[in-house]
Amino acid sequence: MARVLAVSGNEAVAEALRQINPDVCAAYPITPQTELMQRFSSFVSDGKVDTELILVESEHSAMSACIGASAAGGRVATATSSQGLALMWEMLYIAAGLRLPIIMPVVNRALSAPLNIHCDHTDAMGARDSGWIQLWSENAQEAYDNTIQAFRIAEHMDIRLPVIICMDGFIIGHSIQRIEYLEDSEVKNFVGEYKALNPILDIDNPKSYGPLILPDLFHEYKRAQHEVTTNVKRVVLEVAEEFEKISGRKYGFFDAYRLEDAEIAIVILNSAAGTSKDVIDEFRDRGIKAGLLKPRLFRPFPYEEVADALKHLRAICVLDRSDSFGGYGPLFLEVSSALCQLESRPKIINKIYGLGGRDYLPQHAEQVLEELIEIAKTEKISIIKEYIGVRE
Amino acid sequence: MKLKGWKELTPGAVILEAGNAEEFKTGSWRAFRPVWIEENCIQCLFCWLYCPDMAIKVKDGKRAEYDYDYCKGCGICALECPGKKGQKAIVMVEESR
Ligand code: SF4
Ligand code: SF4
Repeated sequence: MARVLAVSGNEAVAEALRQINPDVCAAYPITPQTELMQRFSSFVSDGKVDTELILVESEHSAMSACIGASAAGGRVATATSSQGLALMWEMLYIAAGLRLPIIMPVVNRALSAPLNIHCDHTDAMGARDSGWIQLWSENAQEAYDNTIQAFRIAEHMDIRLPVIICMDGFIIGHSIQRIEYLEDSEVKNFVGEYKALNPILDIDNPKSYGPLILPDLFHEYKRAQHEVTTNVKRVVLEVAEEFEKISGRKYGFFDAYRLEDAEIAIVILNSAAGTSKDVIDEFRDRGIKAGLLKPRLFRPFPYEEVADALKHLRAICVLDRSDSFGGYGPLFLEVSSALCQLESRPKIINKIYGLGGRDYLPQHAEQVLEELIEIAKTEKISIIKEYIGVRE
Repeated sequence: MKLKGWKELTPGAVILEAGNAEEFKTGSWRAFRPVWIEENCIQCLFCWLYCPDMAIKVKDGKRAEYDYDYCKGCGICALECPGKKGQKAIVMVEESR
């Protein structure tokens, strides 16, 4: 029997971690993630988990300790946001390159400067090329479900890669939402016993982590890492299918909302998808065929499947909650890459919205959909990339 | 040695065989070669003690020849060698000569 509660996104993910009971967590507080690890540390203090909680002096050290613990042979998790993730940058690549299945919820927040503590996706986008798998979550329920599934994906013997689970800072992290928790025993059975791969603490079989690999082999190691990443999609679907059996909730590479017969569509990550869906319903009531695609698996990006889901559309707007200055938004780049393989493709534009916690309002979705109607009609784009919800 | 292809590698470049540094010959790094002049040697074994690559062999408690497969020519042994009556028992010679 599922337990239905009203909790914050941070609380929901902390609960998932309690149920999973990792061997080691090394963490450092940072807004808006702080509440997550603070709640988890209460579980540690109250003896609700057996986790060794390592309190370190920075996020660089947090990730370093996670890497050590994972290489030693433990099931390992941490959590961070924004500057914390940025400070881990060097270690992120090492965790992925060493193929360590570390789990890390990232409660998305803008990067300084100017200093800001509120939501945008700049932090996780900066980790895009680090080799970590990325799962994105619209609400607390998805963040909870993704965290549980992340362990199975990361620890799969065909994968052994770290996973980031994104949820929007404050908007999801701190707001109270309805959630269905699985039973402790269900989660325990689902994630199963941790199986270490080449653990250092297996002292009868000594081994070395982190050797110098020179030009005669480095290229081959990266090719192997690329190959492993191509296995991720298969495992993500297998795990989702099993998860549906215990939860009744369905997950895939993305959420396609009223997309099948749509002519225009919004592509958007995380919490803003919820607002957009409401507006799409209103447009549908007016007889306008609008739809939405919300990616869940952002790394590796499911290019073929996204192209297939969008190919019949006439006009698409990709909304990015982060900018690549001097380039297009990162989600726009992925969707464009997916579509450019098609013989004929929809018109596509890019809007930058919601930076540093700027509210994404129904009127912004309306504005975008109105523009898409116009583009679908005239087949003309005036500006490819534009900021919305911004004062002149 | 045949180099491995990408399908033959261990995940994360983890080295599973203990003590395999022996397979990695560092001798080719050498620009200067230490040469042992036995008549100046007082058998103090400083060179053996100081060599970071265990490239100086000892046989029956006595200084023996270099193992040039692993000597990378750092010159530490030559620096530390006291020699006999001001005459070094180790001299560094440029490899190309
Ligand atoms: S030159 Fe350096 S590496 Fe070679 S034998 Fe002397 S001390 Fe050892
Ligand atoms: S340091 Fe010089 S004198 Fe001493 S054992 Fe070595 S070669 Fe001989």
